[in-house]
Amino acid sequence: MSFQVNDWWILLTTCAVSLCCVIPGTFLVLRRMAMYGDAISHAVLPGLVAAYLISGTKAGPGLLAGAASSGLLVTILIEFLQKKVKVQHDAAIGLVYTFLFAVGVIMVSQFAGMADIDQDCVLFGEIAFVPFDLIAGIPRQLLISTGLLLLLLLALWAGYRGLYLSTFDPGFAAAIGIQVIAWHYLLMAMVSLSTVIAFESVGAVLVIAFLVGPPATAALFSKRLPGMFLLGSLFAIVSSVAGYFLAMALDANVGGCVSLVIGVVFGISVLIRKYLFRE
Amino acid sequence: MIIQAKNQAIEAHNLTVIYNKKPVLWNIDFTLPLGEITGIMGPNGAGKSTLIKAILGLVALDSGYARVFDKKLDEVRDKVAYIPQRQSIDWDFPATVRDVVTMGRFQSKGLFKRMGNEDRRIIDEALSQVGMSSYAGRQISQLSGGQQQRVFLARALAQQAELYLLDEPFAGVDASTEQSIMDLLVRMKRAGKTVVVVHHDLQTARHYFDWLVLLNTSLVASGPSEQVFTDELLRSTYSGKLTVLSRVGDQLRDRNFPVRENGK
Repeated sequence: MSFQVNDWWILLTTCAVSLCCVIPGTFLVLRRMAMYGDAISHAVLPGLVAAYLISGTKAGPGLLAGAASSGLLVTILIEFLQKKVKVQHDAAIGLVYTFLFAVGVIMVSQFAGMADIDQDCVLFGEIAFVPFDLIAGIPRQLLISTGLLLLLLLALWAGYRGLYLSTFDPGFAAAIGIQVIAWHYLLMAMVSLSTVIAFESVGAVLVIAFLVGPPATAALFSKRLPGMFLLGSLFAIVSSVAGYFLAMALDANVGGCVSLVIGVVFGISVLIRKYLFRE
Repeated sequence: MIIQAKNQAIEAHNLTVIYNKKPVLWNIDFTLPLGEITGIMGPNGAGKSTLIKAILGLVALDSGYARVFDKKLDEVRDKVAYIPQRQSIDWDFPATVRDVVTMGRFQSKGLFKRMGNEDRRIIDEALSQVGMSSYAGRQISQLSGGQQQRVFLARALAQQAELYLLDEPFAGVDASTEQSIMDLLVRMKRAGKTVVVVHHDLQTARHYFDWLVLLNTSLVASGPSEQVFTDELLRSTYSGKLTVLSRVGDQLRDRNFPVRENGK
Protein backbone atom coordinates (compact mmCIF):
# COMPACT_ATOMS: atom_id res chain seq x y z
CA MET A 1 0.00 0.00 0.00
CA SER A 2 1.67 3.23 -1.08
CA PHE A 3 0.66 6.73 -0.17
CA GLN A 4 0.41 8.96 -3.24
CA VAL A 5 -0.58 12.49 -4.14
CA ASN A 6 -4.19 11.43 -4.59
CA ASP A 7 -4.27 10.03 -1.08
CA TRP A 8 -3.03 13.33 0.28
CA TRP A 9 -5.78 15.18 -1.58
CA ILE A 10 -8.46 12.90 -0.19
CA LEU A 11 -7.06 13.06 3.33
CA LEU A 12 -6.76 16.86 3.31
CA THR A 13 -10.28 17.21 1.94
CA THR A 14 -11.68 14.91 4.60
CA CYS A 15 -9.95 16.95 7.32
CA ALA A 16 -11.20 20.26 5.90
CA VAL A 17 -14.75 18.91 5.65
CA SER A 18 -14.74 17.59 9.19
CA LEU A 19 -13.32 20.86 10.54
CA CYS A 20 -16.08 22.78 8.75
CA CYS A 21 -18.59 20.65 10.60
CA VAL A 22 -17.06 21.24 14.05
CA ILE A 23 -17.86 24.97 14.07
CA PRO A 24 -21.67 24.89 13.72
CA GLY A 25 -21.80 21.39 15.22
CA THR A 26 -20.46 22.64 18.56
CA PHE A 27 -23.32 25.12 18.87
CA LEU A 28 -25.87 22.52 17.74
CA VAL A 29 -24.72 20.13 20.49
CA LEU A 30 -24.77 22.86 23.14
CA ARG A 31 -28.25 23.97 22.07
CA ARG A 32 -29.48 20.37 22.09
CA MET A 33 -30.47 20.81 18.48
CA ALA A 34 -28.42 18.02 16.92
CA MET A 35 -31.44 16.78 14.98
CA TYR A 36 -31.52 20.10 13.13
CA GLY A 37 -28.23 19.01 11.60
CA ASP A 38 -29.85 15.79 10.43
CA ALA A 39 -32.84 17.70 9.07
CA ILE A 40 -30.79 20.28 7.21
CA SER A 41 -28.39 17.71 5.79
CA HIS A 42 -31.29 15.96 4.07
CA ALA A 43 -33.24 19.06 3.18
CA VAL A 44 -30.42 20.68 1.21
CA LEU A 45 -30.81 18.05 -1.51
CA PRO A 46 -33.52 19.77 -3.61
CA GLY A 47 -31.61 23.06 -3.48
CA LEU A 48 -28.45 21.26 -4.47
CA VAL A 49 -30.06 19.53 -7.44
CA ALA A 50 -31.87 22.67 -8.57
CA ALA A 51 -28.70 24.73 -8.46
CA TYR A 52 -26.84 22.00 -10.30
CA LEU A 53 -29.44 21.81 -13.04
CA ILE A 54 -29.46 25.58 -13.46
CA SER A 55 -25.73 26.17 -13.40
CA GLY A 56 -24.72 22.85 -14.95
CA THR A 57 -21.64 22.48 -12.78
CA LYS A 58 -20.90 21.12 -9.36
CA ALA A 59 -18.59 24.02 -8.57
CA GLY A 60 -19.23 27.57 -7.62
CA PRO A 61 -21.18 29.82 -5.37
CA GLY A 62 -24.50 29.03 -7.07
CA LEU A 63 -24.49 25.58 -5.56
CA LEU A 64 -23.71 26.89 -2.09
CA ALA A 65 -26.42 29.53 -2.39
CA GLY A 66 -28.99 26.96 -3.55
CA ALA A 67 -28.19 24.62 -0.70
CA ALA A 68 -28.02 27.35 1.91
CA SER A 69 -31.41 28.67 0.88
CA SER A 70 -33.04 25.26 1.15
CA GLY A 71 -31.34 24.89 4.54
CA LEU A 72 -32.94 28.12 5.67
CA LEU A 73 -36.25 27.08 4.12
CA VAL A 74 -36.36 23.97 6.30
CA THR A 75 -35.67 26.08 9.41
CA ILE A 76 -38.42 28.55 8.55
CA LEU A 77 -40.90 25.77 7.74
CA ILE A 78 -40.17 24.01 11.05
CA GLU A 79 -40.70 27.24 13.01
CA PHE A 80 -43.89 27.93 11.06
CA LEU A 81 -45.38 24.48 11.72
CA GLN A 82 -44.44 24.72 15.36
CA LYS A 83 -45.62 28.24 16.15
CA LYS A 84 -48.54 28.81 13.78
CA VAL A 85 -49.91 25.34 13.12
CA LYS A 86 -49.00 24.13 16.65
CA VAL A 87 -47.38 20.92 15.49
CA GLN A 88 -45.11 19.29 18.07
CA HIS A 89 -41.46 20.25 17.65
CA ASP A 90 -39.98 16.85 16.75
CA ALA A 91 -42.95 16.01 14.54
CA ALA A 92 -42.44 19.29 12.67
CA ILE A 93 -38.78 18.44 12.04
CA GLY A 94 -39.66 14.92 10.87
CA LEU A 95 -42.37 16.15 8.50
CA VAL A 96 -40.41 18.94 6.89
CA TYR A 97 -37.06 17.35 6.18
CA THR A 98 -38.35 14.04 4.87
CA PHE A 99 -40.65 15.97 2.54
CA LEU A 100 -37.83 18.10 1.15
CA PHE A 101 -35.50 15.11 0.88
CA ALA A 102 -38.19 13.22 -1.02
CA VAL A 103 -38.53 16.13 -3.45
CA GLY A 104 -34.76 15.97 -3.91
CA VAL A 105 -34.72 12.22 -4.49
CA ILE A 106 -37.43 12.50 -7.15
CA MET A 107 -35.55 15.33 -8.84
CA VAL A 108 -32.41 13.19 -8.89
CA SER A 109 -34.17 10.19 -10.43
CA GLN A 110 -36.00 12.37 -12.99
CA PHE A 111 -32.90 14.20 -14.14
CA ALA A 112 -30.35 11.47 -13.56
CA GLY A 113 -29.64 11.25 -17.29
CA MET A 114 -28.82 14.95 -17.56
CA ALA A 115 -26.84 15.34 -14.42
CA ASP A 116 -23.86 13.56 -13.10
CA ILE A 117 -25.44 12.60 -9.76
CA ASP A 118 -27.21 9.46 -8.69
CA GLN A 119 -28.98 8.17 -5.60
CA ASP A 120 -25.98 6.28 -4.29
CA CYS A 121 -23.84 9.36 -4.24
CA VAL A 122 -26.67 11.29 -2.54
CA LEU A 123 -26.92 8.76 0.26
CA PHE A 124 -23.29 7.86 0.76
CA GLY A 125 -21.18 10.42 -1.08
CA GLU A 126 -17.86 9.48 -2.56
CA ILE A 127 -14.82 11.30 -1.40
CA ALA A 128 -12.55 8.91 -3.27
CA PHE A 129 -13.47 10.74 -6.51
CA VAL A 130 -12.08 14.00 -5.15
CA PRO A 131 -8.76 13.84 -7.10
CA PHE A 132 -10.54 13.45 -10.44
CA ASP A 133 -12.07 16.92 -10.34
CA LEU A 134 -9.19 19.37 -10.40
CA ILE A 135 -8.99 23.13 -10.73
CA ALA A 136 -5.43 24.31 -11.49
CA GLY A 137 -4.10 21.01 -10.22
CA ILE A 138 -5.92 21.15 -6.89
CA PRO A 139 -9.14 19.22 -6.21
CA ARG A 140 -12.23 21.42 -6.46
CA GLN A 141 -13.66 19.91 -3.26
CA LEU A 142 -10.55 20.80 -1.30
CA LEU A 143 -10.61 24.39 -2.55
CA ILE A 144 -14.28 24.82 -1.71
CA SER A 145 -14.06 23.22 1.73
CA THR A 146 -10.95 25.22 2.66
CA GLY A 147 -12.65 28.42 1.51
CA LEU A 148 -15.74 27.56 3.51
CA LEU A 149 -13.62 26.78 6.55
CA LEU A 150 -12.10 30.26 6.37
CA LEU A 151 -15.57 31.77 5.97
CA LEU A 152 -16.89 29.86 8.98
CA LEU A 153 -13.90 30.87 11.08
CA LEU A 154 -14.56 34.48 10.15
CA ALA A 155 -18.24 34.12 11.11
CA LEU A 156 -17.23 32.50 14.39
CA TRP A 157 -14.74 35.24 15.18
CA ALA A 158 -17.14 38.05 14.33
CA GLY A 159 -20.23 36.49 15.88
CA TYR A 160 -18.65 34.74 18.84
CA ARG A 161 -20.36 36.65 21.65
CA GLY A 162 -23.74 36.73 19.94
CA LEU A 163 -23.70 32.98 19.25
CA TYR A 164 -22.25 32.24 22.69
CA LEU A 165 -24.74 34.27 24.69
CA SER A 166 -27.83 33.33 22.68
CA THR A 167 -26.83 29.68 23.12
CA PHE A 168 -26.03 29.82 26.83
CA ASP A 169 -28.85 32.01 28.09
CA PRO A 170 -31.33 33.21 25.45
CA GLY A 171 -33.53 34.95 28.04
CA PHE A 172 -30.66 37.05 29.34
CA ALA A 173 -29.43 37.69 25.79
CA ALA A 174 -32.84 38.97 24.71
CA ALA A 175 -33.07 41.13 27.83
CA ILE A 176 -29.89 43.02 26.94
CA GLY A 177 -31.23 43.55 23.43
CA ILE A 178 -29.53 40.78 21.44
CA GLN A 179 -31.58 39.55 18.47
CA VAL A 180 -31.69 35.89 19.48
CA ILE A 181 -33.70 34.85 16.40
CA ALA A 182 -31.23 36.48 14.02
CA TRP A 183 -28.34 34.54 15.60
CA HIS A 184 -30.40 31.37 15.33
CA TYR A 185 -30.74 31.90 11.59
CA LEU A 186 -27.05 32.72 11.22
CA LEU A 187 -26.23 29.41 12.89
CA MET A 188 -28.66 27.58 10.62
CA ALA A 189 -27.01 29.17 7.59
CA MET A 190 -23.63 27.98 8.88
CA VAL A 191 -25.03 24.47 9.37
CA SER A 192 -26.45 24.52 5.82
CA LEU A 193 -23.16 25.54 4.24
CA SER A 194 -21.01 23.02 6.06
CA THR A 195 -23.61 20.37 5.39
CA VAL A 196 -23.48 20.98 1.64
CA ILE A 197 -19.73 20.51 1.66
CA ALA A 198 -19.89 17.38 3.77
CA PHE A 199 -22.84 16.09 1.74
CA GLU A 200 -20.86 15.72 -1.44
CA SER A 201 -18.05 13.94 0.36
CA VAL A 202 -19.84 11.64 2.75
CA GLY A 203 -23.51 11.74 1.76
CA ALA A 204 -26.66 12.75 3.60
CA VAL A 205 -26.60 10.00 6.19
CA LEU A 206 -23.12 10.45 7.61
CA VAL A 207 -23.10 14.26 7.73
CA ILE A 208 -24.71 14.10 11.13
CA ALA A 209 -21.79 12.06 12.52
CA PHE A 210 -19.38 14.77 11.38
CA LEU A 211 -21.56 17.54 12.84
CA VAL A 212 -22.31 15.96 16.19
CA GLY A 213 -19.57 13.41 16.92
CA PRO A 214 -16.42 15.49 17.51
CA PRO A 215 -18.23 18.28 19.44
CA ALA A 216 -20.11 15.78 21.61
CA THR A 217 -16.81 14.03 22.39
CA ALA A 218 -15.14 17.36 23.16
CA ALA A 219 -18.01 18.33 25.47
CA LEU A 220 -17.05 15.43 27.75
CA PHE A 221 -13.73 17.07 28.63
CA SER A 222 -14.17 20.79 28.04
CA LYS A 223 -14.28 23.35 30.79
CA ARG A 224 -14.66 26.35 28.50
CA LEU A 225 -16.10 26.97 25.05
CA PRO A 226 -12.81 27.84 23.25
CA GLY A 227 -11.38 24.56 24.57
CA MET A 228 -14.38 22.70 23.22
CA PHE A 229 -13.71 24.08 19.73
CA LEU A 230 -10.02 23.13 19.86
CA LEU A 231 -10.65 19.68 21.26
CA GLY A 232 -13.49 19.09 18.79
CA SER A 233 -11.16 20.05 15.94
CA LEU A 234 -8.50 17.68 17.25
CA PHE A 235 -10.99 14.80 17.43
CA ALA A 236 -12.20 15.65 13.91
CA ILE A 237 -8.67 15.48 12.48
CA VAL A 238 -7.73 12.31 14.38
CA SER A 239 -10.94 10.61 13.21
CA SER A 240 -10.39 11.74 9.62
CA VAL A 241 -6.83 10.43 9.49
CA ALA A 242 -7.56 7.16 11.29
CA GLY A 243 -10.73 6.67 9.25
CA TYR A 244 -8.87 7.24 6.02
CA PHE A 245 -6.23 4.62 6.81
CA LEU A 246 -8.92 2.20 7.91
CA ALA A 247 -10.66 2.76 4.56
CA MET A 248 -7.42 2.08 2.71
CA ALA A 249 -6.80 -1.09 4.70
CA LEU A 250 -10.32 -2.39 4.21
CA ASP A 251 -10.76 -0.90 0.74
CA ALA A 252 -14.02 0.57 2.03
CA ASN A 253 -15.99 3.82 1.75
CA VAL A 254 -13.98 6.66 3.34
CA GLY A 255 -16.96 8.55 4.82
CA GLY A 256 -18.23 5.37 6.44
CA CYS A 257 -14.85 4.58 7.98
CA VAL A 258 -14.38 8.10 9.33
CA SER A 259 -17.86 8.03 10.88
CA LEU A 260 -17.08 4.66 12.40
CA VAL A 261 -13.90 6.05 13.98
CA ILE A 262 -15.83 9.10 15.24
CA GLY A 263 -18.18 6.72 17.03
CA VAL A 264 -15.32 4.64 18.45
CA VAL A 265 -13.48 7.76 19.67
CA PHE A 266 -16.66 8.89 21.39
CA GLY A 267 -17.12 5.52 23.05
CA ILE A 268 -13.52 5.41 24.29
CA SER A 269 -13.87 8.98 25.57
CA VAL A 270 -16.96 8.10 27.57
CA LEU A 271 -15.02 5.27 29.23
CA ILE A 272 -11.96 7.46 29.86
CA ARG A 273 -14.10 10.11 31.44
CA LYS A 274 -15.92 7.60 33.56
CA TYR A 275 -12.88 5.79 34.93
CA LEU A 276 -10.01 8.29 34.75
CA PHE A 277 -11.64 11.66 35.30
CA ARG A 278 -13.82 10.58 38.18
CA GLU A 279 -14.01 13.12 40.96
CA MET B 1 -56.29 47.55 46.51
CA ILE B 2 -53.98 49.28 44.04
CA ILE B 3 -51.83 52.12 45.33
CA GLN B 4 -49.73 54.16 42.91
CA ALA B 5 -46.06 54.74 43.73
CA LYS B 6 -44.90 58.33 44.07
CA ASN B 7 -41.51 57.97 42.35
CA GLN B 8 -41.99 55.35 39.68
CA ALA B 9 -39.37 52.93 38.39
CA ILE B 10 -41.83 50.84 36.40
CA GLU B 11 -45.31 51.57 35.15
CA ALA B 12 -47.50 49.01 33.44
CA HIS B 13 -50.76 49.75 31.67
CA ASN B 14 -53.34 47.13 30.72
CA LEU B 15 -50.68 44.44 30.24
CA THR B 16 -52.35 41.38 28.80
CA VAL B 17 -50.60 38.21 27.67
CA ILE B 18 -52.50 35.28 26.19
CA TYR B 19 -51.05 31.82 25.42
CA ASN B 20 -53.15 29.42 23.39
CA LYS B 21 -56.30 31.45 23.98
CA LYS B 22 -55.81 31.33 27.75
CA PRO B 23 -54.94 34.55 29.56
CA VAL B 24 -51.71 34.36 31.55
CA LEU B 25 -51.78 38.03 32.48
CA TRP B 26 -55.00 39.98 32.35
CA ASN B 27 -55.16 43.74 32.25
CA ILE B 28 -52.33 44.47 34.71
CA ASP B 29 -52.08 48.13 35.59
CA PHE B 30 -49.66 49.25 38.30
CA THR B 31 -46.67 51.35 39.24
CA LEU B 32 -43.62 50.24 41.21
CA PRO B 33 -41.55 52.56 43.40
CA LEU B 34 -38.02 53.75 42.66
CA GLY B 35 -35.25 52.71 45.02
CA GLU B 36 -37.25 50.09 46.91
CA ILE B 37 -37.41 46.31 47.02
CA THR B 38 -40.64 45.03 45.51
CA GLY B 39 -41.90 41.46 45.83
CA ILE B 40 -44.17 39.90 43.23
CA MET B 41 -46.22 37.13 44.83
CA GLY B 42 -48.93 34.76 43.81
CA PRO B 43 -49.72 31.06 43.46
CA ASN B 44 -48.12 28.78 40.84
CA GLY B 45 -49.22 29.70 37.35
CA ALA B 46 -50.27 33.17 38.45
CA GLY B 47 -48.09 34.74 35.75
CA LYS B 48 -45.33 36.12 38.00
CA SER B 49 -42.45 35.23 35.67
CA THR B 50 -44.49 36.25 32.66
CA LEU B 51 -45.07 39.65 34.26
CA ILE B 52 -41.30 40.24 34.50
CA LYS B 53 -40.81 39.01 30.95
CA ALA B 54 -43.61 41.26 29.75
CA ILE B 55 -41.92 44.28 31.34
CA LEU B 56 -38.66 43.28 29.62
CA GLY B 57 -40.36 42.75 26.27
CA LEU B 58 -39.44 39.04 26.21
CA VAL B 59 -42.99 37.87 25.53
CA ALA B 60 -45.42 39.23 22.97
CA LEU B 61 -48.06 41.45 24.57
CA ASP B 62 -51.65 41.08 23.46
CA SER B 63 -52.38 44.54 24.73
CA GLY B 64 -50.97 47.25 26.95
CA TYR B 65 -47.45 48.54 27.47
CA ALA B 66 -44.82 49.03 30.16
CA ARG B 67 -42.38 51.85 30.72
CA VAL B 68 -39.17 51.81 32.74
CA PHE B 69 -37.80 55.00 34.30
CA ASP B 70 -40.49 56.83 32.34
CA LYS B 71 -38.93 55.71 29.04
CA LYS B 72 -39.42 52.95 26.52
CA LEU B 73 -37.43 49.89 27.55
CA ASP B 74 -35.18 50.04 24.47
CA GLU B 75 -33.93 53.45 25.55
CA VAL B 76 -32.90 52.25 29.02
CA ARG B 77 -31.92 48.62 28.40
CA ASP B 78 -28.39 49.17 29.68
CA LYS B 79 -29.86 50.24 33.04
CA VAL B 80 -31.86 47.05 33.48
CA ALA B 81 -30.46 43.72 34.72
CA TYR B 82 -32.49 40.54 34.39
CA ILE B 83 -31.79 37.42 36.43
CA PRO B 84 -33.72 34.52 34.88
CA GLN B 85 -34.75 31.45 36.84
CA ARG B 86 -31.69 29.38 37.61
CA GLN B 87 -33.31 26.30 36.06
CA SER B 88 -33.85 28.05 32.74
CA ILE B 89 -30.30 27.36 31.53
CA ASP B 90 -28.08 24.31 31.07
CA TRP B 91 -25.46 24.34 33.84
CA ASP B 92 -23.41 21.66 32.05
CA PHE B 93 -22.39 24.32 29.55
CA PRO B 94 -18.59 24.60 29.11
CA ALA B 95 -18.08 27.89 30.93
CA THR B 96 -16.37 28.96 34.13
CA VAL B 97 -17.85 31.15 36.85
CA ARG B 98 -15.81 34.03 35.51
CA ASP B 99 -17.06 33.44 31.95
CA VAL B 100 -20.65 33.81 33.11
CA VAL B 101 -20.00 36.98 35.10
CA THR B 102 -18.13 38.41 32.10
CA MET B 103 -21.37 38.16 30.10
CA GLY B 104 -22.67 40.95 32.33
CA ARG B 105 -20.24 43.26 30.50
CA PHE B 106 -21.60 42.34 27.04
CA GLN B 107 -23.83 44.90 25.44
CA SER B 108 -25.95 44.34 22.39
CA LYS B 109 -24.32 47.23 20.54
CA GLY B 110 -20.78 46.44 21.64
CA LEU B 111 -20.62 42.72 20.91
CA PHE B 112 -17.20 43.13 19.32
CA LYS B 113 -15.70 45.40 21.97
CA ARG B 114 -12.73 44.00 23.83
CA MET B 115 -12.83 43.68 27.60
CA GLY B 116 -10.73 46.43 29.18
CA ASN B 117 -9.12 46.80 32.58
CA GLU B 118 -12.20 48.62 33.86
CA ASP B 119 -14.39 45.67 32.82
CA ARG B 120 -12.06 43.26 34.61
CA ARG B 121 -12.15 45.35 37.77
CA ILE B 122 -15.97 45.40 37.70
CA ILE B 123 -16.08 41.62 37.20
CA ASP B 124 -13.66 41.03 40.11
CA GLU B 125 -15.73 43.28 42.33
CA ALA B 126 -18.99 41.55 41.39
CA LEU B 127 -17.44 38.17 42.19
CA SER B 128 -16.24 39.34 45.58
CA GLN B 129 -19.59 40.96 46.42
CA VAL B 130 -21.30 37.59 46.16
CA GLY B 131 -18.40 35.77 47.84
CA MET B 132 -17.45 33.73 44.74
CA SER B 133 -13.95 35.11 44.07
CA SER B 134 -12.26 31.87 45.00
CA TYR B 135 -14.52 29.94 42.61
CA ALA B 136 -13.81 32.15 39.56
CA GLY B 137 -12.03 29.42 37.60
CA ARG B 138 -14.42 26.63 38.44
CA GLN B 139 -16.69 25.11 35.82
CA ILE B 140 -20.31 26.02 36.45
CA SER B 141 -21.47 22.40 36.40
CA GLN B 142 -19.61 21.89 39.68
CA LEU B 143 -21.55 24.49 41.65
CA SER B 144 -24.32 23.98 44.19
CA GLY B 145 -27.70 25.58 43.61
CA GLY B 146 -26.90 28.44 45.95
CA GLN B 147 -23.58 29.08 44.23
CA GLN B 148 -25.27 29.06 40.82
CA GLN B 149 -27.67 31.71 42.06
CA ARG B 150 -24.75 33.82 43.34
CA VAL B 151 -23.08 33.59 39.93
CA PHE B 152 -26.26 34.86 38.27
CA LEU B 153 -26.40 37.68 40.78
CA ALA B 154 -22.75 38.57 40.13
CA ARG B 155 -23.46 38.71 36.40
CA ALA B 156 -26.27 41.17 37.08
CA LEU B 157 -24.02 43.24 39.37
CA ALA B 158 -21.42 43.39 36.61
CA GLN B 159 -24.07 45.04 34.42
CA GLN B 160 -24.04 48.01 36.83
CA ALA B 161 -27.73 48.57 36.21
CA GLU B 162 -30.23 50.74 38.07
CA LEU B 163 -33.11 48.25 38.01
CA TYR B 164 -32.73 44.55 38.88
CA LEU B 165 -35.44 42.02 38.04
CA LEU B 166 -34.95 38.67 39.77
CA ASP B 167 -37.04 35.62 38.91
CA GLU B 168 -37.32 33.28 41.94
CA PRO B 169 -33.78 33.88 43.26
CA PHE B 170 -34.50 31.92 46.44
CA ALA B 171 -35.87 28.78 44.79
CA GLY B 172 -33.80 25.75 45.80
CA VAL B 173 -31.04 27.63 47.65
CA ASP B 174 -29.94 26.98 51.23
CA ALA B 175 -30.92 29.29 54.08
CA SER B 176 -27.51 30.95 54.41
CA THR B 177 -27.38 31.77 50.70
CA GLU B 178 -30.90 33.15 50.89
CA GLN B 179 -29.83 35.40 53.76
CA SER B 180 -26.67 36.60 52.01
CA ILE B 181 -28.57 37.31 48.78
CA MET B 182 -31.14 39.27 50.78
CA ASP B 183 -28.39 41.25 52.53
CA LEU B 184 -26.93 42.09 49.15
CA LEU B 185 -30.32 43.25 47.83
CA VAL B 186 -30.67 45.55 50.85
CA ARG B 187 -27.19 46.96 50.21
CA MET B 188 -28.16 47.56 46.58
CA LYS B 189 -31.28 49.37 47.71
CA ARG B 190 -29.19 51.60 50.01
CA ALA B 191 -27.07 52.41 46.97
CA GLY B 192 -30.24 53.70 45.30
CA LYS B 193 -31.00 50.70 43.08
CA THR B 194 -34.51 49.43 42.41
CA VAL B 195 -35.03 45.72 42.98
CA VAL B 196 -37.99 43.58 41.89
CA VAL B 197 -38.15 39.98 43.08
CA VAL B 198 -40.50 37.17 42.11
CA HIS B 199 -41.02 35.26 45.31
CA HIS B 200 -43.27 32.50 46.59
CA ASP B 201 -42.63 32.16 50.33
CA LEU B 202 -45.33 33.99 52.29
CA GLN B 203 -43.46 33.55 55.60
CA THR B 204 -40.60 35.81 54.63
CA ALA B 205 -42.36 38.18 52.25
CA ARG B 206 -43.32 40.82 54.74
CA HIS B 207 -39.80 41.20 56.13
CA TYR B 208 -38.12 41.16 52.74
CA PHE B 209 -40.13 43.64 50.73
CA ASP B 210 -41.01 47.31 51.00
CA TRP B 211 -43.65 47.00 48.31
CA LEU B 212 -45.79 44.03 47.38
CA VAL B 213 -47.60 43.03 44.23
CA LEU B 214 -50.18 40.27 44.61
CA LEU B 215 -50.94 38.56 41.36
CA ASN B 216 -53.24 35.85 40.14
CA THR B 217 -53.48 36.33 36.38
CA SER B 218 -55.09 39.66 37.13
CA LEU B 219 -53.75 42.11 39.67
CA VAL B 220 -55.10 41.64 43.19
CA ALA B 221 -53.11 44.29 44.99
CA SER B 222 -50.09 46.57 44.67
CA GLY B 223 -48.86 48.81 47.44
CA PRO B 224 -46.64 49.17 50.53
CA SER B 225 -46.17 45.78 52.21
CA GLU B 226 -47.81 46.71 55.50
CA GLN B 227 -51.00 47.72 53.70
CA VAL B 228 -51.07 44.86 51.19
CA PHE B 229 -50.04 42.00 53.47
CA THR B 230 -53.49 41.37 54.92
CA ASP B 231 -55.32 38.10 55.42
CA GLU B 232 -58.11 39.20 53.16
CA LEU B 233 -55.92 40.17 50.18
CA LEU B 234 -53.72 37.09 50.54
CA ARG B 235 -56.75 34.84 50.64
CA SER B 236 -58.16 36.36 47.49
CA THR B 237 -54.77 35.97 45.78
CA TYR B 238 -54.18 32.36 46.71
CA SER B 239 -57.72 31.15 46.17
CA GLY B 240 -58.52 33.30 43.20
CA LYS B 241 -60.82 30.89 41.46
CA LEU B 242 -62.85 30.28 44.59
CA THR B 243 -63.16 34.03 45.04
CA VAL B 244 -64.56 34.53 41.56
CA LEU B 245 -67.09 31.75 42.12
CA SER B 246 -68.10 33.04 45.52
CA ARG B 247 -68.44 36.52 44.07
CA VAL B 248 -70.78 35.17 41.44
CA GLY B 249 -72.68 33.46 44.24
CA ASP B 250 -72.80 36.71 46.18
CA GLN B 251 -74.17 38.58 43.20
CA LEU B 252 -76.81 35.97 42.55
CA ARG B 253 -77.91 36.22 46.14
CA ASP B 254 -77.67 40.01 46.45
CA ARG B 255 -79.55 40.84 43.29
CA ASN B 256 -81.85 37.89 43.59
CA PHE B 257 -81.04 36.70 40.06
CA PRO B 258 -83.32 33.90 39.05
CA VAL B 259 -81.25 30.93 37.88
CA ARG B 260 -82.87 29.43 34.84
CA GLU B 261 -82.19 28.76 31.18
CA ASN B 262 -83.20 30.60 28.02
CA GLY B 263 -84.59 33.42 30.10
CA LYS B 264 -87.90 31.66 30.56
